[in-house]
Amino acid sequence: MKENKNLYEQVMSRREEILNKALGVDFDKYEIEGIAFDYEKYMEETAYSLEEVAKIQKENGVGNTPLIELKNITALARKYAPEGKGARIFIKDEACNISGSFKERRASISAYHAKKKGYKGVIAATSGNYGAAVAAQAAKQGLDCIVIQECYDSNQVGQPEIIEKARKCEALGAEVIQTSVGPELFFEALQILDETGFFNASLYSSFGIAGVETLGQEIAVECMDKFNKYPEAVVCTNAGGGNLTGTARGLIKSGASETRVIAASVNLKGLHMASDNDFNRKSFTTGHTGFGIPYATYPDRSDVLRSAARPLRYMDEYYLVEQGEVFYVTEMLAQMEGMERGPAGNTSLSVAFKLAQRMDEDEIIVVQETEYTGAGKHINPQLSFARKNGIDVKFGDPKQSISGKNIILPHTPKDIDITVVEMDVLKKSYLRTVLSTYDKKKEDLSSVEFKYLTEELNVSEGKLNELLSEI
Amino acid sequence: MVSKGTFVRIEKTILEPQERTSKIPDDTKKVPFKMWTKGVLQHDCELNAEATIVTVANRRDTGKLVEVNPFYELNYGEFLPEITEIDRVIKNERK
Repeated sequence: MKENKNLYEQVMSRREEILNKALGVDFDKYEIEGIAFDYEKYMEETAYSLEEVAKIQKENGVGNTPLIELKNITALARKYAPEGKGARIFIKDEACNISGSFKERRASISAYHAKKKGYKGVIAATSGNYGAAVAAQAAKQGLDCIVIQECYDSNQVGQPEIIEKARKCEALGAEVIQTSVGPELFFEALQILDETGFFNASLYSSFGIAGVETLGQEIAVECMDKFNKYPEAVVCTNAGGGNLTGTARGLIKSGASETRVIAASVNLKGLHMASDNDFNRKSFTTGHTGFGIPYATYPDRSDVLRSAARPLRYMDEYYLVEQGEVFYVTEMLAQMEGMERGPAGNTSLSVAFKLAQRMDEDEIIVVQETEYTGAGKHINPQLSFARKNGIDVKFGDPKQSISGKNIILPHTPKDIDITVVEMDVLKKSYLRTVLSTYDKKKEDLSSVEFKYLTEELNVSEGKLNELLSEI
Repeated sequence: MVSKGTFVRIEKTILEPQERTSKIPDDTKKVPFKMWTKGVLQHDCELNAEATIVTVANRRDTGKLVEVNPFYELNYGEFLPEITEIDRVIKNERK
């Protein structure tokens, strides 16, 4: 017993050493002062250029996915919108990447880099599509692959979506280590990294984020090519923040710096992400507020020392939808557009459906991902699983939903609505977290740290002073 | 007896409840942190006895043998009248 506790402390105390070796990046090089580090230099020196990323992806079955206009869903949005309103809704069909999700953009760069640097295998700690993406790209590169996923509650009941992802990882040649609920998964991942000497294919490394930049680039280029303008808005489903960060960086690098970058998450307020009891009371395993809010307000909580996913640098707006609304929109996408896809992109689509009703008819709103679906992931097994777990599935007002107790489906598509997350609230939460993590008083911020914070929060000096005065 | 060379699943307790991190809710603190993996059994072994396996990533691991020839039973769940109702409403709204 004592032995394990010691082992836990021993491994955790070597966190920095293990992570540096498993990524091959010397983070010290990019630290500037106190809370500040040189994010752009870190991205530029450690990752690959946009052109290199595009080339690697093209060679590995990734990217150049179709941008599909959802004409029928747009028509329905216009039916509910005031005269002259109802933007054209497009969706980037990222399910067309070889393992079925945009996550392959991230995995392709990590696997390529791991192979180039002579690692024998790659490891990813993920319960999501990223596992399959890493498995697929490891297979392409001839590397061993281990995926570590949080899967079961203490009764060994697994979330059907996560079990499907385990199946897919194994189908693509990976070893899948499944764990019960708890953040100690990170300890297990560190041990396995240490034991194997494999590459840490982290979602939050510079490779993981640079890989998504092509997604933003493809949207910008295709819109300019076809419509002679950049889209007015791009909606990104937000969890760890990498999807939004990479897409926004790609848009900006391609000239679409005026495009509004909008985050969308499923509202799971009230459910604790590390709770054994709550684990199977949620019907969404990612793209929800349980990740979206904490990672936005403190990005460096991830499995790398400095996360390359820094969403508040790029996020213009943030909206939440309820689980029942995303299920509804998933069914709309299948029934109206012939696209049977998983929940991730449909979280963004739910938000886009409502936002389109407020935008002008000649404007363009892009949902930047879809994901594959199948047994376990599909809305039928998810709702069926929820009902079996005592969740009350019914029609009503989705905004009255209580996460973990019920799933309320809207009566009609007209009732799909969004809840605003106030950006200032997020930014103040970021400031509180970073100050307490570094044990620093706001009065003691140096000019370098102050400048860094204006970049982190994408605010003017005046605005940062205002935010600081309010915390 | 399960024969050497069989594909099996093992279970391991990584941390007992009292060894777990303090930063978790009380309900999670009450239960151990466990892991499962699969691989080829390296020796003849009884079910629920300690087994050594080699995984597809060529990793050697040890734990309680809990499943022989593990397979998936995923499905599309049971009938939900709500889904047919959503489909009916969508069709009607499109008119």
